[in-house]
Amino acid sequence: MALYSEKVMDHFRNPRNVGVIEDANGIGEVGNAKCGDIMKMYLKIEDDIVRDVKFETFGCGSAIASSSMATELIKGQPVSEVKKLTNQAVAEALDGLPDYKMHCSVLAEEAIHSALEDYQKRTGKSID
Amino acid sequence: MIYADNAATTKMSEAAVHTMTTLLQEVWGNPSSLYVHGQKAKEVLEQAREEIAAVIGASPREITFTSGGSEADNQAIRSVAEWGRLKGKMHIISTAFEHHAVLHTLNRLKREGFEITLLDVHENGLIRPAEVEAAIREDTCLVTVMTANNEIGTVQPIREIGAVCRAKKVFFHTDAVQAVGHIPLNVADDNIDMLSASAHKFHGPKGVGFLYVRKGVPLFNLIEGGAQERGKRAGTENVPGIAAMATALKEADAKRETNAAYLTKLRDRLIRGLLEIPHSALNGDAACRLPGNVNFCFEGIEGESLLLLLDDKGIQASSGSACTSGSLDPSHVLLAIGRVHDVAHGSLRLSLGEDLSEEDIDYIIRSVKEVVAYLRGFSPIWRDLMAGKKQFIL
Repeated sequence: MALYSEKVMDHFRNPRNVGVIEDANGIGEVGNAKCGDIMKMYLKIEDDIVRDVKFETFGCGSAIASSSMATELIKGQPVSEVKKLTNQAVAEALDGLPDYKMHCSVLAEEAIHSALEDYQKRTGKSID
Repeated sequence: MIYADNAATTKMSEAAVHTMTTLLQEVWGNPSSLYVHGQKAKEVLEQAREEIAAVIGASPREITFTSGGSEADNQAIRSVAEWGRLKGKMHIISTAFEHHAVLHTLNRLKREGFEITLLDVHENGLIRPAEVEAAIREDTCLVTVMTANNEIGTVQPIREIGAVCRAKKVFFHTDAVQAVGHIPLNVADDNIDMLSASAHKFHGPKGVGFLYVRKGVPLFNLIEGGAQERGKRAGTENVPGIAAMATALKEADAKRETNAAYLTKLRDRLIRGLLEIPHSALNGDAACRLPGNVNFCFEGIEGESLLLLLDDKGIQASSGSACTSGSLDPSHVLLAIGRVHDVAHGSLRLSLGEDLSEEDIDYIIRSVKEVVAYLRGFSPIWRDLMAGKKQFIL
């Protein structure tokens, strides 16, 4: 049995939406180097829709795969939907994660919520 | 496939496989039985004991067979601790980067009332005999220091440490699991009272090891239930495994000098190549290390993703990153030599074997360079380091 599902390995080997958005209007960074995981999410939101999303991650295979999958799940979605994103949704979309790696999906959820808060702060728009 | 994880386990040698399969089929009797078939097994067992003793300069009666290195470590430390408890000597000296078979046993003894001193292993990963001497007290019963570290491969001055212990009349145990069959060891010359070894680290089978205990050193058994191993380790002996261990050890010892010279050449080539990666560092002393051990930290990346991508390129290695251990802390060995968490997560251990060629080493160097650069390309830490928002550590 492999450590990770095919889907995790696919998103780890070929991560989607990697990089930086120079004119992002919502940026969130969570985790710390001490624990070995940092995720940074860049959002470009227009008309309450996530038009573009990119990420940078320092972390293990499941951290990179969780970041990648989370960006796929929210791209093109209205903000009202994005704020409902849960770590379970990320983990399920990856066909599951080992128990001790579930915190990677939590980090992905937190990174996106943190970026949404930043968007709210910058634009003064309510996302509730 | 390039297998570079020989510190985790080694492939069994053909000769050891042959010994083991032959005995499984032909000598399956119980060595404790008095009929011929049992006595044949007993002969095989005792011959293995003699051969193993000869390699490390011991007498056969000083060798006790165990299920491996962990059991040998547990038994050695527990035995001297029991003796110490009776004598009112409840202080033990060890180091911060021992294998967990030693550290966890010491933690248990601490809860039972023992006082444990863990010596500093310094930035180069080497123990200083003078510091061992300074740490020894009236109530010290045992000093336990590994011969070679399993992660960073540093080889300790055990002969000098043993001499200090002998002069101070303190028992000296060494976990030599990574060293036996790879570097010269002689229990008499090296002043060793107890030594643990494991067969699968020198091309023998898994689940077999031995404990050397010098005559006169206290030895108690962990496993009760029979008179095997002179009453010190109950349970019907794993005769085929033990005999295969002897075969593997004789072979490793015969080839030791040739292999060590070759592996040292490969190791140094690999170290030179990996040092070309910016903001990287070798872990542990460059010279006092096992012939096949290379251990690096690369700033700005995490070890598990490095391992997975190297695996995709056919290279099998290991890391001291937290994510490879299932805990939140990176390797206690890397922390002990002063690597901070941030860089300890980005470690890579390559433990080489004799089957590798210089071309393989060059392929490893190219692959690691490629993967490290790729992972740094989308690491937010690397971006901050490059932008000057964070200070480089390495």
